[in-house]
Amino acid sequence: MPDPHTLYRDTLLDHGKAPRNHAPLAGATHTATVDNPVCGDRILVELTIDGEHVRDARFTIKGCLIATASASLMTEAVTGHPLAEIRRLCAEVEATCDGASAPDADMMGALGALGALAAVREYPARRRCATLPWVALRQALGQGQV
Amino acid sequence: MTNPRDTTGPGPTKTEHRLDIRAVRRQFPALRQLVHGHPLAYLDNAATTHKPTRVLDILVHHYERDNANVHRGLHTLGVRATEAYEKARARVAQFLGAREAAEIVFTRGTTEAINLVAQSYGRSHLQPGDEVIVTAMEHHANLLPWRRLCTEVGARLRVVPIDAEGGLRVDEFARLLGGKPRLVAVAHAANALGTVNPIAKMIRLAHAVGAVVLVDGALAAAHAPVDVAALDCDFYACSAHKLYGPTGIGALYGKAALLAAMPPWQTGGDMVLAVEDDAIRYAEPPQRFEAGTPPIAEAIAFAHALDWLAELGHERVLAHERALLTHATEELRAVEGVRLVGTTRDKVAVVSFIVEGLHSHDVATILDDAGVAVRAGDQCAQPLMRALGLPDTVRASFAAYNTVDEIDRLVDGVRQARALLG
Repeated sequence: MPDPHTLYRDTLLDHGKAPRNHAPLAGATHTATVDNPVCGDRILVELTIDGEHVRDARFTIKGCLIATASASLMTEAVTGHPLAEIRRLCAEVEATCDGASAPDADMMGALGALGALAAVREYPARRRCATLPWVALRQALGQGQV
Repeated sequence: MTNPRDTTGPGPTKTEHRLDIRAVRRQFPALRQLVHGHPLAYLDNAATTHKPTRVLDILVHHYERDNANVHRGLHTLGVRATEAYEKARARVAQFLGAREAAEIVFTRGTTEAINLVAQSYGRSHLQPGDEVIVTAMEHHANLLPWRRLCTEVGARLRVVPIDAEGGLRVDEFARLLGGKPRLVAVAHAANALGTVNPIAKMIRLAHAVGAVVLVDGALAAAHAPVDVAALDCDFYACSAHKLYGPTGIGALYGKAALLAAMPPWQTGGDMVLAVEDDAIRYAEPPQRFEAGTPPIAEAIAFAHALDWLAELGHERVLAHERALLTHATEELRAVEGVRLVGTTRDKVAVVSFIVEGLHSHDVATILDDAGVAVRAGDQCAQPLMRALGLPDTVRASFAAYNTVDEIDRLVDGVRQARALLG
């Protein structure tokens, strides 16, 4: 039966099986917990925000490989970056996973490793898995001091 | 035990116990398709079965020829539609073993049937402090209506626990009956586990303390013999769409005396005899509980699905499903890292399992890539999953048209998921 599985490949498989920043964050300044009511998955995103930058980002998850991979990629992408840029990135990733049209070459270039998440476009039932960490990130950013 | 791999035998006869699977499959247009380049292996029958051509054809036939509202028009089409609709009711009554057609209320499905009983019977018969018993393996459809009812009337909900194999703790059930419950609601077969509950015994025990029993037959009606009169159950709920029939139609069996003592649930047309300025006279059951225009074509198609199943031989289908269940159980058990959930001896054709270290949705996606359709998740039974200490399961469920080859593809897919994601 071996088949080229389009969803479980390379980057997503790597980050899903060996997630980065998958640990509690002591001294987090911003946190958010989000549930996926479809499957009961739950993610906690914890950030340390210092001025206008995210200094540290970690997550704790009870979820599938796709949500885990997405969270891992996300925490790598935001660490050390300015808030304004991260807010833009949230919108770009969510559009990449769930938007009306597929991301173009420029967007894929700008997304770098995060571009791997575009694979969920072919799996409508799994899009929410990929966007779940980003919903949590946006909520965490929207909150003040915790 | 029959061998479902053998599809070349002669057609079914009264004494022949084998299904001609190829002939059965030819009657299901939806099965003739590729999914991601693979022939569809549809193993999500506990969610809904596919529909044979005969059922699909009757839906079109009804709209093309007999379409009219029921119980109203004096014109020819109205008479035809009413006759077909009421004939369908009698057919469902016969299938469930009811004594009379008037004991069958058509509903939108099992969920609506249970809500009807909770809201009509429950609200008019339960008092503050009364007890209602459910089991830990109920689908949300046979749990939430009772939780809500208990909150509304101030009654207490008691839950019968299950054992490690997913079987009901009948000893605990007997103990809870000591609280003199007014009502017991139990699945005939549990959707998430496949466990068949000893409902005949439970009904006997419940009646001994004066409790009324509702049986959720959503899954069992297709996969186990049902005889409501022999069971002496008070209410039995089922859905056509899990029985090779259309969506949007189901049935509530209720003992005539109970239905007669129940107030209407929804009000509107077709459920009323006389509307005076200061008084309303409601229709007798079952019309009393069928406000508005019912799903007429669907009810008629429901009866045709039952005819189709009877002609195929329900017993023969059940034997085939048992053989598939045995094969799937043995093969999945042999896969390292797979743990079966629900292993009681008396089961319908449902195999729930977890693959250690893997999320059920990832397993289901990989199976879908191979054309194998299964259910993954909490199985609409979150309290059960908590009781089992599991976040979710993969569930494969079988029907008349499934083959051993499809189960082998399921098992291959699970092995592949482990190799890729484990």
